[in-house]
Amino acid sequence: MRHRQVIAVLALAGLFVALYLYLYKIGVYGELKCGSGGCEVVQASPYAMVLGQPVALYGVLGYAALFAVCMVGLHPRFAAQRWPTTALAVLATLGFAFTAYLTGLEAFVIHAWCRWCLGSAAIITLIWFVALPAALRSRRPRTES
Amino acid sequence: MKRFYVLLVAIAVVGGAFLYLAGKSKGGSLSAVSDVPPANDGFKGYTLGADSAPVEVVEYVDYECPICAMFATVQFPTIQEQLITTGKVRWRIRDYPLRIPQHPNSRYAALAAQCAGEQGKFWPMADSLFNHHDWAMTGKDVSGLFRGFAQGAGADPVKYDACIQTQKYAGRIAASYQEGEQVGVNGTPTFFVNGRAYPGRATSDGFKAYVDSLIAHRTTRR
Repeated sequence: MRHRQVIAVLALAGLFVALYLYLYKIGVYGELKCGSGGCEVVQASPYAMVLGQPVALYGVLGYAALFAVCMVGLHPRFAAQRWPTTALAVLATLGFAFTAYLTGLEAFVIHAWCRWCLGSAAIITLIWFVALPAALRSRRPRTES
Repeated sequence: MKRFYVLLVAIAVVGGAFLYLAGKSKGGSLSAVSDVPPANDGFKGYTLGADSAPVEVVEYVDYECPICAMFATVQFPTIQEQLITTGKVRWRIRDYPLRIPQHPNSRYAALAAQCAGEQGKFWPMADSLFNHHDWAMTGKDVSGLFRGFAQGAGADPVKYDACIQTQKYAGRIAASYQEGEQVGVNGTPTFFVNGRAYPGRATSDGFKAYVDSLIAHRTTRR
């Protein structure tokens, strides 16, 4: 239960970060509060779009899905069930892998760092570090002593 | 459990407030360049290629112009390979930021290129302005983006900021524009080859054929 609470908190924070980047990308905000121009450089690169949609949109959807699974998993009816923990581990692994790819692009292809993207990368990494061990623990058979 | 929900609400409130305030501050810093009188400092544009090249091409450019961006990204790399690095052509870039409402950031882009150029980073800056041309279509404030381009090009951001804030080269850009008008530029990109309006197509093949014919003509006249 505890891990679902931690992931819910992190996912909600990540959702706002991704939402901010998405709203910038679709033109709601004129500029990004970044401290350097790196965020705009990354956002203006061709890698900021995947399958015709802004990368940040996938972030919004991913964090929203993580948050929704957490909240469902915290409901007393599902608290004892294992599937929310498994679902969180799967979503977190997908998110972590995608983020690792994007961070690699920033480092080796675009040669610019977006602080908000790095913030999101840190959040999804933390989520992954919490979700994966929880899923592995839940698969171990419980022994009565 | 109660603490958990309090934490969620706190994050939602802070996040929502941030998104709201970020939206309110939209357009706070305009990337405008003042209208200043031409200041002819003797600068005739950045060049690429050998000083001894027999042919000089002058390109009047507007960084916000999509055709200029297309030319820079599609044709120019081949021109560079076939004509500039082989020593046949020296390429010179002059500013001609079009004064049309559809290009609100033209002069700012020219200023950004000059400010990067001051630090020896003109060409990588020009490449960034053309390679990431989305900025010309979004209508967003481009100041942060261009600063990032300058940093990416290797320019010192503090010096770049100082140059931008004082609009150090606005007069130089105005002078280039005025010179362009005087020689008959009325759109971008416009090319002059050895001082004459380029009559061919703005393609690498077109330039190669024209330059080769000029060099061949020069050789036979000797």
